[in-house]
Amino acid sequence: MKVLVAMSGGVDSSVAAALLVEQGHEVVGATMKLWGGEGDSGCCSVADVTDARRVADHLGIDHHVFNFTETFDEKVVGPYIEAHRRGETPNPCIECNRHLKFDAFLDRAKRLGFDFVATGHYAQIVRDDAGVLQLARGLDHRKDQSYVLSMLTGEQLANILLPIGMMEKSETRAMARERGLLTAEKPDSQDVCFIASRTQGKGRAQFLGERIELHSAQVVERKSGFRHGEVPAVELITIGQRRGISTNSSVRPRYVLDVDVPRRVVTVGDKEDLLVSEHRLTQRTWVHHELPLGSVVSVQASAHSPARQATLTADGVELTSPSRKIAPGQIMTIYVNDFVVGSGVIC
Amino acid sequence: MTSVESAHGAYLDHGASTPILPEVFEAMLVHLRDHYANPSGVHHAGRGERRAIDDARDILGDVLGCSAGEIVFTSGGTEADNLAIFGVAQGLAPGAVIVSAIEHHGVLRPAEALGARIAPVNGQAVIDLRQLELMLDSSVGLVSMMAVNNEVGTVQPIGEVVSLVRSHAPDALVHCDAVQALQWYDLATLLREVDLLTISAHKIGGPKGVGALVVRDRARSRIHPLLLGGSQERDLRAGTENVAGIVGLAVAAQLTKDRQLLNTERIRAIRDRFVDQVLRSVPSARETVARELRHVGNAHLTFPGTVNEEFLMLLDQHGVAASAGSSCASGALEPSHVLLAMGLTPDEARSCIRFTLGASSTSHEIDHAITGVIAAHRQLMGDVVE
Repeated sequence: MKVLVAMSGGVDSSVAAALLVEQGHEVVGATMKLWGGEGDSGCCSVADVTDARRVADHLGIDHHVFNFTETFDEKVVGPYIEAHRRGETPNPCIECNRHLKFDAFLDRAKRLGFDFVATGHYAQIVRDDAGVLQLARGLDHRKDQSYVLSMLTGEQLANILLPIGMMEKSETRAMARERGLLTAEKPDSQDVCFIASRTQGKGRAQFLGERIELHSAQVVERKSGFRHGEVPAVELITIGQRRGISTNSSVRPRYVLDVDVPRRVVTVGDKEDLLVSEHRLTQRTWVHHELPLGSVVSVQASAHSPARQATLTADGVELTSPSRKIAPGQIMTIYVNDFVVGSGVIC
Repeated sequence: MTSVESAHGAYLDHGASTPILPEVFEAMLVHLRDHYANPSGVHHAGRGERRAIDDARDILGDVLGCSAGEIVFTSGGTEADNLAIFGVAQGLAPGAVIVSAIEHHGVLRPAEALGARIAPVNGQAVIDLRQLELMLDSSVGLVSMMAVNNEVGTVQPIGEVVSLVRSHAPDALVHCDAVQALQWYDLATLLREVDLLTISAHKIGGPKGVGALVVRDRARSRIHPLLLGGSQERDLRAGTENVAGIVGLAVAAQLTKDRQLLNTERIRAIRDRFVDQVLRSVPSARETVARELRHVGNAHLTFPGTVNEEFLMLLDQHGVAASAGSSCASGALEPSHVLLAMGLTPDEARSCIRFTLGASSTSHEIDHAITGVIAAHRQLMGDVVE
């Protein structure tokens, strides 16, 4: 089979490529350039591309660099900034998977005559008892990345290979070492690649501050209306946040319950005030088909938080037992057993 | 067929680099293998290497139509361009430098770093003389315009540029990047007019890592060195000379000139056949600029609806080496600044492919390339399910 491997220059995709070569596939590696100018030094940096190319050389496969900077800007960075402007908490890595890796990249692979696209994600594509392709959790539950792939559809699964999904991270590194891959000891990548890249550690505030106007906001106690003080940038506040909301330290810890950007108000309260019994979802996707209302599922709103039992409703999901509120813009993955069945965006 | 690159396919990227001529390789070999003395050495061995450089300088002066003493050997075209721009601009006001929008980055980046003014081109990538005239006045100190564009191949009206500069900006020096011109044109006429001229060896069958800036005597007092630390090249370029490279450059330039007429007619014929057959087989394709404006080694084609990164990858699979735009540090293709300057949209710019022929190009390669281009285009447009 002809396989195009997305090689980020990290250890996971390096080993994925190596395994495919060993399995006898006709493998080509490609690194997506997503961000940064000519001398960029962060994610998708020259150094990462060089690592990917050197691994490809070592494996004896061709390597290409795809310039997807404009698509990335339009589909990931722009929406990320807009979401923060609205006071939401977006997940750009998932949007990158949605629009870049498994859309633009997959499309290109098909045009170029490849049968499959492969990545170094810790998730598994398996056939269920009925012979239908399903997206399952990675065997290494601590590293499971099915969450960040939950927007995939069955049609896409048919063209994707996840060669290291049944491995543990330590195994991956060991295999990289055994094969003499120079990425064997490379640290895992950071959360938001374009921010680390742009501001060299100074973070989100600077990145967003250069692109949108940030507004100060009052921090107000939910029940009493007491004004605790101000935060410098309401656009950077996330529901559930505890630190950096300038409350009097003598009282019990305060948690952000609500972020109201137009009114410039951050509402805080006790941890218990965060508990909700339902999550509303928008932009819902289904791996195969929409599940009927009332179906019992488990849901998860971050890569490694515990899954919660819930039932599907017209608006989203109703939780079996109350759980903490989740910031709008976050992705919720819907599982049945260990199979991903769909996803949605918290609203 | 003379090179490994073209042995199993078609090497149509001569604008990027050319196969070294066998005579050039032979002439260089003794200076790599047998001789190693420093040309500045005050001993027999050093004098031998000095003589090799002097001979090379004489040959190159004859080929180009300048005196040997006006040639400054550099590490290549980019260094020569940098020397011309930064070397003359020292002491000039930022706006006193004017370059065209379609210069090679070797000129464009130094110019941008200096805050130079950028002269526009028309939709055919030819310098807009009327706009240039409006930009010229007595405050201008340096104008840099290339002889032949490296991407779309357009030949520039340097004679007219010089006339405008002399009448409107009498104090300005004129630099001309002739890296892509040397293969196809006699530069003697050009050199009578301009003050500074850049050439490079590896675009004409010479080695990489060597080039030259011709500094006409009238410009000598106006240019300052960028590299200090030795009195080589008449104090304009410090550093022990690349003797083998310099010898290779001179031999390549001589052979290129000797064979220019024959090569030009032969290459024109196979270039035209390539373009005509591709256009016949791919009706949606077109020449990016008019053929009569381009040098004979350039075939620049637009394939609407395609993306050059994908097209080049498929061409590569078919054994056809071509190019598009320029690469950034990571190796990703950037939309060509030349095409954008012509007024193309980024998407249009991304649908263009540059095929460049050279002295070693063969009719057989062209046959191979025609087949490859047609097959790659079919696959990209989804005409063939494999």
